Amino acid sequence: WVTFGGVNMSGGTRLENANPVIFQRSGERLLTATDEDEDVHDPIDDREIFDILSINDPEHPLSLEELNVVEQVRVKVSDAESTVGIEFTPTIPHCSMATLIGLSIKVKLLRSLPDRFKIDVHITPGTHASEEAVNKQLADKERVAAALENSSLLEVVNQCLSTRSI
Amino acid sequence: MAADSALLLSLVEEYVSGLQDSKAKDTAKGVKDGQFTVLQLVEALGLSLTSSQPHTRARGVQLLSEVLQECYGGLTEREVEVLIAFYENRLKDHYVITPPVLQGLRALTKCTVLPPGSAVSMLRSLFQDVHVQVRLDTVNCVFLFDSSTELKGLGADFVFGFVQSMDGERDPRNLLLAFQVAKNIIHRGYDLGKFTEELFEVTSCYFPINFTPPPNDPHSITREELVQMLRDVLAGTPQFAEFLLPLIIEKLDSDVLSAKLDSLQTLTACVSQYEHKDLAEFLEGLWVSLRREVFQTSSEKIESAGLAALTALTSCLSRSVLNSDSEDSLCTFLDLVLKDCRHHLCEPDLKLVWPSAKLLQAACSASSRASHIITSAVMPSLIEQYNSKTEVNVLLSLERKSNWVQGEFRPSLVFLAFRPSLCSMVFSALTETNASLQITATSVLTSLAQQTGEMNSSIHSCQQSQICLAVVECVGALAELHPAAFIAKLIPRLKKEIEASEQQSLQAVRQRCMSALAAMSTQPGVVQESTPVLLEVLSSAHTGSVGFSVEEVVAACHSLQRIAEQVQDTEETGRCFHDVIIPRLLSLALQAALQGDTVRAFFMRFVWFPSGGFHFIRLAGQTALKAVSLFLDGDVSFLPDNSFPSHIGLLKQQGDSWSQSQMVCLLMGCVCSLPRSVEVPQMDQLLSQLEEMSCTCSHPLSYTSAAKCFAGLVNKRAQGQLVSLLSCYIFYLTNFLFPVSSCFQVAKALLLRYHPLFTALTDKLFSLLDDADLGPMAADGFSLLMSDSPDVLNRGCHADVRIMYRQRFFSENSAKLVQGFNAAPQEKKPNYLKALSNIVNKLPKQVQVTELPTASHLQILLSLLLEALSCPDRGVQLSTLSCLEPVLVDPPPALIQQLEALVGRLLPLTSSPSMNVRIASLRCIHAVSLFPVHEVLPFRARVLRALARPLDDKKRLVRIEAVQARAEWFLLGSPGGR
Repeated sequence: WVTFGGVNMSGGTRLENANPVIFQRSGERLLTATDEDEDVHDPIDDREIFDILSINDPEHPLSLEELNVVEQVRVKVSDAESTVGIEFTPTIPHCSMATLIGLSIKVKLLRSLPDRFKIDVHITPGTHASEEAVNKQLADKERVAAALENSSLLEVVNQCLSTRSI
Repeated sequence: MAADSALLLSLVEEYVSGLQDSKAKDTAKGVKDGQFTVLQLVEALGLSLTSSQPHTRARGVQLLSEVLQECYGGLTEREVEVLIAFYENRLKDHYVITPPVLQGLRALTKCTVLPPGSAVSMLRSLFQDVHVQVRLDTVNCVFLFDSSTELKGLGADFVFGFVQSMDGERDPRNLLLAFQVAKNIIHRGYDLGKFTEELFEVTSCYFPINFTPPPNDPHSITREELVQMLRDVLAGTPQFAEFLLPLIIEKLDSDVLSAKLDSLQTLTACVSQYEHKDLAEFLEGLWVSLRREVFQTSSEKIESAGLAALTALTSCLSRSVLNSDSEDSLCTFLDLVLKDCRHHLCEPDLKLVWPSAKLLQAACSASSRASHIITSAVMPSLIEQYNSKTEVNVLLSLERKSNWVQGEFRPSLVFLAFRPSLCSMVFSALTETNASLQITATSVLTSLAQQTGEMNSSIHSCQQSQICLAVVECVGALAELHPAAFIAKLIPRLKKEIEASEQQSLQAVRQRCMSALAAMSTQPGVVQESTPVLLEVLSSAHTGSVGFSVEEVVAACHSLQRIAEQVQDTEETGRCFHDVIIPRLLSLALQAALQGDTVRAFFMRFVWFPSGGFHFIRLAGQTALKAVSLFLDGDVSFLPDNSFPSHIGLLKQQGDSWSQSQMVCLLMGCVCSLPRSVEVPQMDQLLSQLEEMSCTCSHPLSYTSAAKCFAGLVNKRAQGQLVSLLSCYIFYLTNFLFPVSSCFQVAKALLLRYHPLFTALTDKLFSLLDDADLGPMAADGFSLLMSDSPDVLNRGCHADVRIMYRQRFFSENSAKLVQGFNAAPQEKKPNYLKALSNIVNKLPKQVQVTELPTASHLQILLSLLLEALSCPDRGVQLSTLSCLEPVLVDPPPALIQQLEALVGRLLPLTSSPSMNVRIASLRCIHAVSLFPVHEVLPFRARVLRALARPLDDKKRLVRIEAVQARAEWFLLGSPGGR
């Protein structure tokens, strides 16, 4: 069962996120005939970006998808205008990892998308206590660049981006 | 005599005072041998039995008991009576004496000459005088012995005595015994009288059994034994119903799973004994509990136990005989069930649909009356619901419902009234896109058809529907069950359908009819009827009387092939194929060929000869004989419609007309499918004609078939007969008289059987690579050499195929290939690369990995493969990439040395015009990122730069690979990465 678009878990009912609600992963994207047709141009779409973002939560051995941090409905991409917008939902409103999750998403997209794309990553409105501050940090190119100079921070980000080994 | 009695006295003395247990045996032996009687023994014991010490008395009794145990058979009735009186008297004595007394009594119960009334008196004394639990054992013995009605006289007193004696028992051994006794009491029909409730109480207090045997329990009593035994007691009599049913309802509320399970199983067991009047007042309570267990089920076991209980309950109610004034409790009960379940079936919320359906299904399966009541209540609303809703999830629920419907069909014929609407529902379900729904609908249809006599009409209307595959399968399943009905009804119907539908628009219907014919033909009888219809299609296509399309003719051929594959291997079907079908097909082909009608003759490419089955093979030899004489001598006598000219040389080239020469593909099918044990007649002549044909004919199908046929025969030919044949062949080859593909066919025939002459042939084949015109074709030929052959040279056609022939070829010839490559002029090198990549690509993957590093010329071979990457031919690039990829997972050191060349050649391929090359090269680049870090780190920046471009590839599949590869390369040498 795909639970996207379902009711978002309100953080108020849980005291901490040591034991998060786990959401089922959506199935593999189905291959269509046009996917294999050499002559057809496949635009980059929401699902493709969403699939790229199947990255690990720094606190849990689970992907952001399974934690419902990233949902496909909150991914907006326009190949023609070269823009990507992601809203992510921290597991609890006071999640201290929100900045790190946002940074990981941003780095992943920087590495995976062509240069022409303008990437905007921010928190789903109304789901985090310090939403504005985090959004501001993530939007600031220089601060992101500086953060990635910090090798211990980069280490955590890279760990999030390592392929899941099960 | 005096000596005997002295001996006896001494034996007694030694046993009683001397405590020598072995003396009991000696005494018993004396009694058996007639040295002394039991009465003498009692007399001799006199002193010890009257001793003031209870232990001495006990010892005395014990001796007597042990002797009795050995020789109870020889006692007279009088003696037994005296002994029983003696023992009963002893029971009143000191408690230490009780165990040997019981032992003696037990021995006495085994006597065949037990005097009348003694069992009763024995039990009376037991209940009166013995207060320990041990006596149960004895009771049981008495009991088992007494099969007569004697103990019943004791009646309620006995039951009471028993109840008292087992009250409060905790030892599992005694409990098991007590349950056994209680079970006997119940099963032998003892009058329980006013103690029914007591007996129930004293046993039911253990329900549900909660017992875990201690580890290394010497008695090995399991929980299951106790549970089963107790269940037999509780469920044993309807007299317990009024006590047991409330108890079960109460225990079902328990949170302990095992208690619930036990309760449900006990319920299932007990209702088989009960009548409706026993159940009447508890029905509502039972239903509430059962419903709760199924609706809120926590475990599958509980659920299925609950459903089984419901079935048992319903079947009990259905079975009961009604009085004129009693109400029909089945109706009452089913009303309850329906009231609670029906609305769930119609609710948009699907949560309870499935459990409700299961409950209804369980109730349905109990009896045909129940099934009738439920079906007539539920069906109309189900069908209405189906008709009114189309949403996907509703369909899903309907799928479940129809599953349920299917289960329901088995018990009865009550559905006749619903059949029309049900059929329409099933058919419309068949047209839906949901696959599982279709499957369900088909299986419903199957069961429906089994029920009704009119499968004919239902299947025919399926023909019109879109989903034929599932229906055709269903037809197949049905035909196996009802061959007679199919022959009588469906085949004529289909035949009419095929003949009637002439318009182009009905082509599809005709093809479906033919595949239905094929599907149903598994029984010999059906085959006899169905194949003429298909042959008729072919022959009317030939005469042109009906406008059959090419696809239909092919469909007819495929249908015949399918029949040959699936039909039962019997004498009858074998004859049908070899005496009727094959001659007919040959005749049709020959007619078309002689008329020079190439369009009509094309069907012969699809004719297929059965190659398996005992009877088929036996007859195949005869068919081969006829076919060979047809092709070599022009013998047409065995063909039907025999109006052919008498001398036709089918293997002779006749000008440009290849309409006749192509008939060789029929010969190929016929002789090459024979097992090696069957001799092909006129082999030498056949081979030489085939050889000539494959060299001289210009029509591709003809010379390829001739070469394949030649190859097939050579592959099976005995070793010695080949040499002269092949030397001649090699001569042809050297002079390029053969078409290249034919050469490879023959070479393959030899390679497969490891023939020594193959080496000579290989050299010729490699030399072809240097030829300006034939080189590219030869390179392609190696792919044919290494791949599985679909028609002739495979195990299905009984060809001689050795295992691992590919590996063998590779290890023997890779060196030659490398040599040839090095020696070849620049413009010929691509041929070698192509051949190499064709060969390596067909090797099993694990061989590629293990074989490459062990080859001595590995370095060269690798550089050859790398060279092949820069070959402009995309096919070569792709096959080289696909053989490189598994090697890269575990790279040999030699490869790491050539890393620069590898990366340098892989990166440009990521912008190849071919999508598959781009994907494969990106995968390889991904694999390289996992090489030892210090080796690949120098390439990081370069690779990352190069991979930026495929991130914007126009194909998504390429981008996905690029994203993954680039992510790995980013992690390389970065903190937290690799």
